[in-house]
Amino acid sequence: MDDREQMLDQLIRLLTLQDANTRVVLIGTTILGVASAVIGAFAVLRKQALVGDAVAHAALPGICVAFWIVGDRNFAAFMAGALAFGLVAAWFVAVVKSATRIKEDAAIGLAIGGFFGLGIVFSRVIQNDASGNRAGLDSFIFGKAASMVADDARLIAIVAGVVLATVGLLYKEFKVLSFDRAFAESQGWPALWLDLGLMFLICVCTVVGLPAVGVVLMVSLLVIPPAAARFWTEKLGTMVVLSGVFGGLSGMVGTALSATIPAPVSGLTRGWPTGPLITLTAAGIFMISMIAAPSRGLIAGAARRAGLRRRVGRQNLLRRVYEVLEARGDLSRPWTAPDLAPFSERERKSLRDEIGRASRAGLIASTGGAYVLSARGQQAAARVVRTHRLWEIYLITHAGIAADHVDRDADEIEHVLSSEIVAELEARLAEAGRLPIGTPPSPHPSPIATTTP
Amino acid sequence: MMKRLCILSLLIFAAIWLGGSADASQAGLIAVSEPRVWFTVGGYQVRDDDLWVAGTAVLCCVACGVLGCFLVLRRMSLLGDAISHAILPGLALAFLVTQSRAPLPMLAGAMVVGIATAYLSAGLNRWGRVSEDSAMGVVFTSLFAIGVVMITWVARDVDLDPGCVLYGLIEFTPFDTVTIAGREIPRAFVWLAVVLAVNVGLITVFFKELKLVCFDPGLAATMGISVALVHYGLMTTVAATAVASFESVGSILVVAMLVAPGATAHLLTDRLSRMLWIAGVVAALCAIGGYALAVWINTSVAGMIATVSLGVFIAAALLSPRHGILARRARQLALALRITEEDALCVLYRWHERTTSLDRPGARPIAPEELAASIRSGWLGRVAVWRLARQGFIESREGGLVATASGLAQAAKLVRGHRLWESFLAKHLPLPADHLHAAAHRAEHFLTPTIQAGLDAELPVQTDPHGRPIPPAG
Repeated sequence: MDDREQMLDQLIRLLTLQDANTRVVLIGTTILGVASAVIGAFAVLRKQALVGDAVAHAALPGICVAFWIVGDRNFAAFMAGALAFGLVAAWFVAVVKSATRIKEDAAIGLAIGGFFGLGIVFSRVIQNDASGNRAGLDSFIFGKAASMVADDARLIAIVAGVVLATVGLLYKEFKVLSFDRAFAESQGWPALWLDLGLMFLICVCTVVGLPAVGVVLMVSLLVIPPAAARFWTEKLGTMVVLSGVFGGLSGMVGTALSATIPAPVSGLTRGWPTGPLITLTAAGIFMISMIAAPSRGLIAGAARRAGLRRRVGRQNLLRRVYEVLEARGDLSRPWTAPDLAPFSERERKSLRDEIGRASRAGLIASTGGAYVLSARGQQAAARVVRTHRLWEIYLITHAGIAADHVDRDADEIEHVLSSEIVAELEARLAEAGRLPIGTPPSPHPSPIATTTP
Repeated sequence: MMKRLCILSLLIFAAIWLGGSADASQAGLIAVSEPRVWFTVGGYQVRDDDLWVAGTAVLCCVACGVLGCFLVLRRMSLLGDAISHAILPGLALAFLVTQSRAPLPMLAGAMVVGIATAYLSAGLNRWGRVSEDSAMGVVFTSLFAIGVVMITWVARDVDLDPGCVLYGLIEFTPFDTVTIAGREIPRAFVWLAVVLAVNVGLITVFFKELKLVCFDPGLAATMGISVALVHYGLMTTVAATAVASFESVGSILVVAMLVAPGATAHLLTDRLSRMLWIAGVVAALCAIGGYALAVWINTSVAGMIATVSLGVFIAAALLSPRHGILARRARQLALALRITEEDALCVLYRWHERTTSLDRPGARPIAPEELAASIRSGWLGRVAVWRLARQGFIESREGGLVATASGLAQAAKLVRGHRLWESFLAKHLPLPADHLHAAAHRAEHFLTPTIQAGLDAELPVQTDPHGRPIPPAG
């Protein structure tokens, strides 16, 4: 059986959930991904994403202390110790932030460095101390999803159930708390307790996930899926659901990848690490979201900017042509590119492109070396120039700006004046008795008229 | 400007020369032939190795600590965290490319990825409109994950221990030495000395720019200082420092040291130059104290130093004279006590006013419970009454309390302020008469003699809006 067949076989076994071991791990990481991504959505919105990092790092000393007390590798005790220290770290960050002049970022950094340092101190002492049964501690730092057993998955499922149920029940409260804390307080809600509750859920999720993905990468499950979901929507409900889906998908695909891809060297017992693959899957979803999401994505943004640039370019061209023809007294007369008096070679080239685009749009017709504005082009040019000059007149009459200063100001704003604003402008100018009929002459000496004889 | 450029280029030359000579010379395992005992602390003999390790720790901590001041002020503290996590893929990358564990390519790889972390998070924040902290979380976890995967990939024939990156091996620094001017000096010591010198040099040279960018970026921009350039320069320096430090001390100590000394110093002073000095000293003390403690209980040096730095920060947060939690609490208490005392005196004054008449000159004493009911009750009220009695402002008589002559004089000043303020409010604000007292009750404790004189000049009145006499001044 060659590699490909083996991989395919593995994949089929995985997808049909035949392998009991893989089944447990797959279900566990998927549920973990959903729960932490849902609670992470609120953390990201409240800019508390990295508190989860502090909590995860603070779990290490907690686990060590638990090991000391119990004297054995006991999962429940580890979780309890980790949770206790995680809560202390979250509390530390909150107190430092509210009671001293130190800001949240420094508080989180202090918690990460200090608590993790304490954890290293403890773990080294334990290592020196006795049996050297430290192997369990290492798997918490880097995570070892493959060693997940049914009991662990059950714990994760219980925690996830509690988290999702709480978020479901307190959705409205968490929503208001995330966007307008002052309003939540004015409603008489216990904002502080809601804060603490949210923080507690974050702590619980983080601690439960540690054995699977490890201290460093746990925060990625809290941060990356919500950050990815944020690209697709402006609504919190959609974002939370989407974040949960992304989180679950990351857990599932990451685990599947680590179980399917053959280990780098055949015969190597240790396969691909699950935690990093989950994180990388989430990162992949994030990248796709960032690039492709409608309206907030990079492509959509670039398209929007390009559209704006095109509109500005066309409007500038039309106004320039209008001003030249205005000086000659007739909008239907032919004109050439040099008439527009480009300053440089580069500008000449961009003008040529602009004229080409405008011809394709039917605003300009070319007649043997020269151009004429089509009827539609004349209308469009007149509209552009009118908007520009209405704004100039408005600046002169209402803002008291000197006539020779208004051109540049109007230049910047004319492209973004919507028809409603133009109507409003007309109403204001009519009130002041300055509303011109049709396209008014320029209220200041035209640059074209002065430069071309 | 010329002078600054000269200093800078000298520094860079020195750094390259020292760094180059450190790597060019033969590095190897050298056992110190005859460990010399310098001094003994509590039965522990401090030898050469201890001094080298502690010295290396001090250099690293101070280099990170002074730089951390600017991170704390610019709210970029988590950058150190992000960069030190992202070092892992840099190491793996360097190994994949060069197929060796030579230190320079490793440092270069880590440096590239470290700086990339800073720029990627800034880019996500700017272009992807992801909030700053989330952007950092996304970038450094992804890079760390890539690092772990890459190490798994290359791990088939090399021992690259991710744990080593986290905790570092500062205990082993004396075993890896270089020879400079005929002396065996640990390589990490030399490296970190260079890093410290470069950091201190950069801070000295660009002190004005850094200060302006930290406290007033707007002003800096109007003065022609490129805020972005300073920002990215700072990021680059942080990345370089983190990379140069992690090998010997581990990234967790770098994370702690880029935050704790700066935050501690920020609590202790309001001047940037003093803050840098304090951060340096705190960092050095953390390093020495942490090393001593680690040796004492036989545990990880890097972890212990990080723990000590957190402890020092907590101590500063509690005890700092101006910005400490306890100091603030004490100030609040002192104010509350003063207000309670003044309230008690005023109550006694009004009681005196009400119970004295021309035919009965001595005032009736007020029952202690009645006084307690009208001032802040609880232990603060009891302390206030006790203090007033000790100062001779009130005394017990016939099972109750009365104000003494000096107490009445003291209270008269307060009541005068109260009633003047009521008159002022009544004259200038359209408030109903029954709304004046509460406002004046709050203001009376803060009306200085100057303000009272001003109010007096403004209001030629003898009685307050309720018709009660305003006590004369003095």
